[in-house]
This record gives sequence, C-alpha cells and structure tokens, in this order.
Amino acid sequence: MSDSASATVEVAARGSRRNGTLYRGDPGMWSWVAHRITGVLTFFFLFAHVLDTALVRVSPSAYDEIIETYKTPLVNLIEVGLVGAVLYHALNGLRVMLVDFWEKGPRYQKQMLWAIIGVWVLVMVPGAYFMMVRTVTEMFGGH
Amino acid sequence: MTLALDKPRSPRRPAARRSNFELASWLFMRISGLALIVLVLGHLFIMNILDGGVHRINFAFVAGRWSSPFWQFWDLSMLWLAEIHGGNGLRTVINDYARKDSTRFWLKMMLYVSMVLILALGSYVIFTFDPDIPAN
Repeated sequence: MSDSASATVEVAARGSRRNGTLYRGDPGMWSWVAHRITGVLTFFFLFAHVLDTALVRVSPSAYDEIIETYKTPLVNLIEVGLVGAVLYHALNGLRVMLVDFWEKGPRYQKQMLWAIIGVWVLVMVPGAYFMMVRTVTEMFGGH
Repeated sequence: MTLALDKPRSPRRPAARRSNFELASWLFMRISGLALIVLVLGHLFIMNILDGGVHRINFAFVAGRWSSPFWQFWDLSMLWLAEIHGGNGLRTVINDYARKDSTRFWLKMMLYVSMVLILALGSYVIFTFDPDIPAN
C-alpha cells in the first residue's frame, strides 16, 4: 500500500533514471504487461500449430517430417518457453478472476502475484527437466 | 480509499446502451479461460512432459488419440475456445494500440480472417481425419 503512495509522489516529480524518480510501475502493472505478451505469443503459436497439425490430412510422412522439427534442440527449448508462457498466463488469469470475483481479491492481489510466481517456478523446474532431458543427454551424453 | 466525484461528469447518461457486447466478451474471457486451464495445461502435459514428451509424437500417435471421441471432443473444444479467447484478446490489444482508425480496421480484418481460417481448417481436420490415408 505504501508502495503505491510513494509511486504517486514519484511521478509528480519529473521522471528520470538519474535522480531515482522514474516511475517503475507496480508489480501489478508488470503482471498485466506479461499477461498481454504471453497471450499474444501463444496466439501466434496457435496459428502455426493448427497449420502444422493440418498436415495429418496431407500424408503421414508430411506430418512426421514437420513434427521432427519439434524434436530438435532449438525448437525443444522454444517449447519450454511456450509452456512457461502458457503456464504464467493460466496462473495469472486465475489471479485476475480472483481479483474480479473474490471479495478479498483486490486486497491480496500482490500476495497472489508472488504466490503464482512461486507455483510457476515449482512447476517449471521439473517441467523443463522432463522436456529437455532427452535433448540434453543426446547432445552431451552421446547416446 | 474511496473515489468521490463531486458531480456526474456528464449532465445525463446516454438514453440507452447500444449493446452489451463488451460485457459478454469480458465474461467469455473468464469462463473460457477457466476451461482452457484444464484443456491446454492437460494438452501440454500429455504432449510435452508425460512419457517421453514430444519425442513419441508422430502420425500413428495422433491416429491413436483421435480414434477416441473423448480426445476428438477435447481437441475440438480446445481449438474453438483457444482461438476465440486469443482472438478476442488480440482484438483488445489492437483496439488499445492502433492509432489510426484505418490501421485498427485492417488489423482487425486480418485477425478475423485468420480466426475463420484456423477454425475452419482445424475443425475440418478433426472431423475428416483418416488414419488410413496413403503414406505419401
């Protein structure tokens, strides 16, 4: 609460990085920015993903060929990014709904943000491991 | 903190609201979002993490899944909800950031055309999937 009060004072002065008066936003604002970015990225991926899956109507070999690219190291890493983006969007979406519909939601919005970041890390650590383990062992383990 | 206004900002309200479209859109984002949490996170978990993840996916894997009406229905619901949820989100983003009316109009036209294309193609593929399609 005191954060937002001091932020209001800061923007009243002329914003600059040097004298420490630049408005850096509230975590709630950055959560909204991240929600937009992850949503837009996921939407563009969905467009590509429906097109590549549509190759099952062309031929099994055409589909198998495109899906092989999903198994290459670079695309595999991008998949981890996609899962991270979708997971954040899902968790923050739940938080937005709690802010909207739960009477105490607005009061706990910041605590809920730290909570979803914690859940995100707890899920992404094993998630990234299972997604990358085969790629990494093939690259560095030689089998 | 309460926000007090000394007087109404405009002397009278518009006679009637023209439409509740934005309210419906706001509500849709929350309802579809709840469903998508289950559908999409389930999809990502099965396809990317469970049992070898992406490395076991090929045509035969897809054929095996879509032999079940359950997964056909799962994927069809996910396609429609995700495309409309994402399209509506991007519509909001375009409305927020496009500066000229003509830019806004054409960006949204491109968006709507892509949504129709993806929904039609995706539904067509799910409904007409043929596991015995010739190999080449």
